[in-house]
Amino acid sequence: MNVPHLDLNTIWFALVGVLFTGYAMLDGFDLGIGALHLFTKDDAERRVMLNAIGPVWDGNEVWLVTGGGALFAAFPNVYATVFSGFYLAFMLLLASLIFRAVAIEFRSKQPMYWWRQTWDISFAAGSVLSSLLIGVALGNLAWGIPIDERGEFAGSFLGLLKPYPLLIGITTVALFMMHGAIYGAMKTEGHLHHKLRRWAMNCIIAFVICAVTTTMATLLYVPHIAARVRENPWLFSIALANMLAIANIPREFHYRRDWLAFLSSCGAIITLMLLFGVNQFPNLVYSQPDPAHSLTIYNAASSQKTLGIMLIIAIIGIPIVLAYTVSIYWIFRGKVKMDRMSY
Amino acid sequence: MDVLTLSRIQFGGTIAFHYLYPPLSIGLGVLLVIMEGLWLRTGLPIYHQLARFWTKVFALTFAIGVATGIVMEFEFGTNWAAYSRFVGDVFGSALAAEGIFAFFLESGFLALLLFGWDRVGRKLHFFATCMVCLGAHFSAVWIVVANSWMQTPAGYHIVGEGLHARAEITDFWALVFNPSMLERLSHTLCGAWQAGAFLAISVSAWYLLRQKHQAFAHATLRVALAVALVASFLQLATGHISAQGVGKNQPAKLAAFEGLYETVSNTPLVLIGWVDEKNETTHALMLPSGLSFLDHNDFHTPVTGLDQFKPEDRPPVTPCFIFFHGMVFAGMATILIALLGCFYWWRGTLDQTRWLLWVLVFSVLGPQIANQCGWFAAEVGRQPWLVYGLMRTPAGLSAVVQANVVLASLILFSFIYFLLFAVFIYLLNDKIQHGPHDEDLIPTGKLALPTPDRLTP
Ligand code: HDD
Ligand code: HEM
Ligand code: HEM
Repeated sequence: MNVPHLDLNTIWFALVGVLFTGYAMLDGFDLGIGALHLFTKDDAERRVMLNAIGPVWDGNEVWLVTGGGALFAAFPNVYATVFSGFYLAFMLLLASLIFRAVAIEFRSKQPMYWWRQTWDISFAAGSVLSSLLIGVALGNLAWGIPIDERGEFAGSFLGLLKPYPLLIGITTVALFMMHGAIYGAMKTEGHLHHKLRRWAMNCIIAFVICAVTTTMATLLYVPHIAARVRENPWLFSIALANMLAIANIPREFHYRRDWLAFLSSCGAIITLMLLFGVNQFPNLVYSQPDPAHSLTIYNAASSQKTLGIMLIIAIIGIPIVLAYTVSIYWIFRGKVKMDRMSY
Repeated sequence: MDVLTLSRIQFGGTIAFHYLYPPLSIGLGVLLVIMEGLWLRTGLPIYHQLARFWTKVFALTFAIGVATGIVMEFEFGTNWAAYSRFVGDVFGSALAAEGIFAFFLESGFLALLLFGWDRVGRKLHFFATCMVCLGAHFSAVWIVVANSWMQTPAGYHIVGEGLHARAEITDFWALVFNPSMLERLSHTLCGAWQAGAFLAISVSAWYLLRQKHQAFAHATLRVALAVALVASFLQLATGHISAQGVGKNQPAKLAAFEGLYETVSNTPLVLIGWVDEKNETTHALMLPSGLSFLDHNDFHTPVTGLDQFKPEDRPPVTPCFIFFHGMVFAGMATILIALLGCFYWWRGTLDQTRWLLWVLVFSVLGPQIANQCGWFAAEVGRQPWLVYGLMRTPAGLSAVVQANVVLASLILFSFIYFLLFAVFIYLLNDKIQHGPHDEDLIPTGKLALPTPDRLTP
């Protein structure tokens, strides 16, 4: 692997990565809560779960929006190729994100059973489908997609549904459910809290099975990644950190340190994304079967001037964003309290 | 239908739907700041009730605005990939800046605005309200920067040739302050303030007609009528400046707005009429020399007509003409309604003037119609260009997307959006029928304060 030197293109590769990692880490637990939503039949418990993410889900989704904007600005060719290439998949993703979002807002506005049930289902279905599609998209990028000499996608929608990407999709659902259950446990008390802890343990097991399967599948069937790992044994250290983070979750749980369990889960997501990023670098979209057509951080990027301007925007913007994101989480720390304004 | 037509219908439809909500959020945001500010200043609980009630309406419009906005964010890539490659260097930075400066601000503080009532002190809550309002305005800023750049590109140069040509930034500030940006931004924001204010006016008028929640309705009207009046007059001014800008930067568009085929001196202004595209004439009631005067501040200077442009460089005249005049009519109507409302309010007879209250109830449609027509006029008038003078619309399409796929997504979104709209109207209506809660007269949590002796302004 060529040693990355810190040029603007590399910085933007990292920044786009940070934005999407932020999205996975934050909206990941919203989607996970959504996927678990139907597991409880009790209306009051469902409301508590919704209000656990109530004040923050919208801000979390902005990480995706900003990631998309940053991708458009920094690597327009990738933005164009991937979104037009994965057209139907993205339309489905958008539809599920819409249903997820409005269901949160609509659900508790009316008392009728059918009304709440309808929106509960769309909340859960939207969350599961979004997680799955995000995973499938990542899986395809890791596996490589067919790209022609103009840099356009040369495959088909059904071609995207190969077993490997689907496996990554399922792994993502399990990961987010685990993450969401832990977040939920942190935010709730009493009966629901114990339920969530139980679910969290089951999700951890499910996720570990998925993760092991994925790792084996990757090393066996995705030769370019396997080759990269062979050349760079230090990559194992990230994988190791990832496993430690996951293993630490039940341990913290055992000592009733939900908050630390949640941090571990965040750590697991960060290391996973890091692993993915390092494996892709310097490709953004790996072209398979013809790697020469891959979109890299150089041939897909905007001009140096734009990358520079955007860096200034990011340097001004990111600290401000982090400051108030942290303050908002701080203000809404602790267990969910329901009041008149709650969902 | 071909990919081009379908993609245009899809883009136009999804953005038009999105644009039903942001103006409401921007406008209601301003009202919320004023209402909560008045509460902090006067301590009157009625303003607290106002702020609470309108916050809930705001939350509803905001949620749908966000849900539909995500679609827009990715639609450039899905349907207009060639365009995205061509302008990514320039256009993308505005979109990214929007995310960083606007959406984070808005959604972050929204949490405090909605759920913070019982958690934080009054000053901090008011601060959050201001930040949400500011964030909403910032979204408008960046997206209008991006769109104005497509209308009047500046601060870029073209690199590469043929399929590989693309626009690159040369001067960021020239790009941001491109020739039409300021006038279009101010005009768009005024439209948004009108949209919010007239919604509040309409609901209050309804309560007065039903003789419910009268104290609430009066307090709301006091704020909303003032905003509506100011915004409506500013709208006229900024609209006029926009029109002059169009005349200067996109003369073919202005000619299409006015159905002006011939370049003649003392150009008349069309008041009402229709375009006969086949014979290239416009039958209308006209104000002699009016357009010359409005465009050039002088009765004689001719305004460029469509005869100066090759047929393939002309925008579709009939839709431009209809949308533009639709906007102007709706705009004039809002001014008139705001004036009447304020006049009867000042006389103190608004409550008894039932016909006017009915007009006010329906006035909510005025700004929405004007906003939609305005955007359609601006966007259709940009045709046949996608980026004015640089890239024609068909050239911007995604190369790999097929018509049946676009048709599928179009059907999907039509279905979802009809559903969303129906639910929105249903919930809004429900909220309005229930009206403000009396317990909202009494602040709770850290916001609580000693009860004042007067309960109404
Ligand atoms: C409540 C909303 C509203 C109202 C009452 C008006 N407009 Fe408007 N108009 C808009 C909302 C709007 C808008 C939605 O904000 C547009 C679309 C694109 C833009 O920049 O602003 C617009 C565009 C727009 C344009 C085209 C700008 C372009 O193509 O770049 C012109 C020339 C005018 N307006 C002129 C007027 C005039 C002379 C009005 C007289 C009363 C008027 N508008 C009322
Ligand atoms: C400021 C934000 C906006 C941007 C960046 C933008 C950009 C675009 C783009 C890229 C297209 C596709 C190419 C084309 O067909 O010309 C388009 C078309 C269109 N837009 Fe906008 N638009 C914006 C706002 C709006 C709004 C608010 C509306 C309506 C309420 C609107 C209405 C339309 C319509 C109707 C078309 C299709 C035009 C046609 O096919 O003739 N746009 N716009
Ligand atoms: C093609 C153009 C547009 C794109 C790509 C776009 C994108 C978006 C996105 C992604 C969101 C959701 C943000 C979140 O998650 O918080 C959003 C919401 C919003 N947009 Fe748009 N938008 C467009 C046109 C416009 C226009 C023309 C305006 C106003 C002038 C506008 C104003 C807003 C506002 C105020 C919000 C916050 C939600 C709300 O208030 O309803 N947008 N937009």
